[in-house]
Amino acid sequence: MIGGGLVGAAIGYGLARQGLKVTLLDEGDVALRAARGNFGLVWVQSKGPGVPEYQHWTRLSSDRWPGLAAELRETTGVDCAHERRGGFAICLTEDELEQRRQMLEVLRRQAGAVEFEYEILDHGALARRVPLIGPEVVGASYTPYDGAVHPLYLLRALHAGLLRHGARYEPNARVNAVHAAPHDFRIEARGTAHAAPRLVLAAGLGSRELAPLAGLHAPLRPVRGQILATERVAPAIPLTQKIRQMSEGALLIGDSFEEAGYDDSTAPQVLSALAARAVRTFPFLREVQLVRSWAALRVMSPDGLPIYEQSARFPGAFLASCHSGVTLAAAHAYPYAEAVARGALPDELARFASRRFDVPKAA
Amino acid sequence: MFRRLPETAAQPVTVVIDGRPVRVPFDLTAAAAVLIGDGITRTTPVSGSPRAPYCMMGVCFDCLMEIDGVPNTQACMVPVAEGMRINRQVGARKVRS
Ligand SMILES: Cc1cc2nc3c(=O)[nH]c(=O)nc-3n(C[C@H](O)[C@H](O)[C@H](O)COP(=O)(O)OP(=O)(O)OC[C@H]3O[C@@H](n4cnc5c(N)ncnc54)[C@H](O)[C@@H]3O)c2cc1C
Ligand code: FES
Repeated sequence: MIGGGLVGAAIGYGLARQGLKVTLLDEGDVALRAARGNFGLVWVQSKGPGVPEYQHWTRLSSDRWPGLAAELRETTGVDCAHERRGGFAICLTEDELEQRRQMLEVLRRQAGAVEFEYEILDHGALARRVPLIGPEVVGASYTPYDGAVHPLYLLRALHAGLLRHGARYEPNARVNAVHAAPHDFRIEARGTAHAAPRLVLAAGLGSRELAPLAGLHAPLRPVRGQILATERVAPAIPLTQKIRQMSEGALLIGDSFEEAGYDDSTAPQVLSALAARAVRTFPFLREVQLVRSWAALRVMSPDGLPIYEQSARFPGAFLASCHSGVTLAAAHAYPYAEAVARGALPDELARFASRRFDVPKAA
Repeated sequence: MFRRLPETAAQPVTVVIDGRPVRVPFDLTAAAAVLIGDGITRTTPVSGSPRAPYCMMGVCFDCLMEIDGVPNTQACMVPVAEGMRINRQVGARKVRS
């Protein structure tokens, strides 16, 4: 396996727990690693309008998350603070609320056998459930499927879990060469050659360069996100999409979407816009002190959907990439890892192969 | 345990610690002023046990107090001032509704 971020660690954990012999090659501390800078939501309510396959895959993961959290706690002693009590997406204008209503209605209709319930709440109804909202809040959407974890504990738990199941983890092992033949892969990292009949490429943004070497295609780009963190306070708010309270009490305010190339530094204008919106949403935040901010780079495909495929040219090589690696961690640890172990991805994942990007552009 | 260097025996200011006026040298931090008394800055949100300043240099966060109305303030990072109100912080900081 190449890449020990959230996707690689989840799949690696899933393979190791099935008894496969796994070696995970990862970079060192200074890597670009979304797994270290994300917001930690297991978020369902906006995933997949127009793409039922993505809606179902996300929902499956969110349904399996409680089991994953319990299993990780048992195997490793690390509690990743998983909660699933539903989530609110708070809107500050009528337009925002109307757009959410339309999107959720699309999701409800396309859900098929999987029931999908949502609520649209106006200011009054929301204030009864989330008393601390400000007067400018117009309303919110709510679904019971949304949840969250502590993302750093999640990464730690997955790594502890894969070691526990006998996997080998190689840090500071940036892969620079992949020699591929069907079911026969030779990978060079830190001067050492590794050989395996199967290869999983889950190197986040690093997959872009490595994919062609294994007959895979990963046209990924970085999309920057910035986050603010406050001092710890007593429990104050339930889970919302942009502002959440961690189990220790700190509030996280997120998160921007910026095309900034590989620059993962913070920018004061963006942070102050996040803070301004947060204070309009929850005026009590005006008095709460900020203690940290950071930026991290999302791993984004051209259409925002995951990329999952097995190489046609070099069977045995798999690619996995997505921009919601926390949400999809349970899908990666269970069904995805089980499919890799079987040697074939299921039909439900065919929609996510990279051939969808091969369509020639219209003039 | 602590002794002041003679050259710093300086003019005192009055601060109010948990409601009681106390005269302390002007060049102390709020945490040092508390250490002249019982030394307790806060009780923890988790177990409720009392805590005292520990590192005195801004890294351990055991000295969180409510200073001039601002909770979760690191008392070891704040120089005393005339009339400063220094209150023990009990449990987690509450937010105002
Ligand atoms: C600001 C922000 C907020 C987010 N919020 C959420 C959220 O709330 N919910 C959610 O589900 N997702 C969220 N995400 C997304 C989530 O963090 C990512 O989907 C996930 O981390 C991607 O996992 P990954 O393993 O593909 O990439 P990464 O986590 O970036 O890891 C890639 C790994 O590959 C390694 N690597 C790269 N190149 C090589 C190489 N050549 N050799 C060896 N190793 C290599 C790197 O060292 C790294 O460890 C957020 C992301 C950001 C940036
Ligand atoms: S005593 Fe350690 S931060 Fe103040």
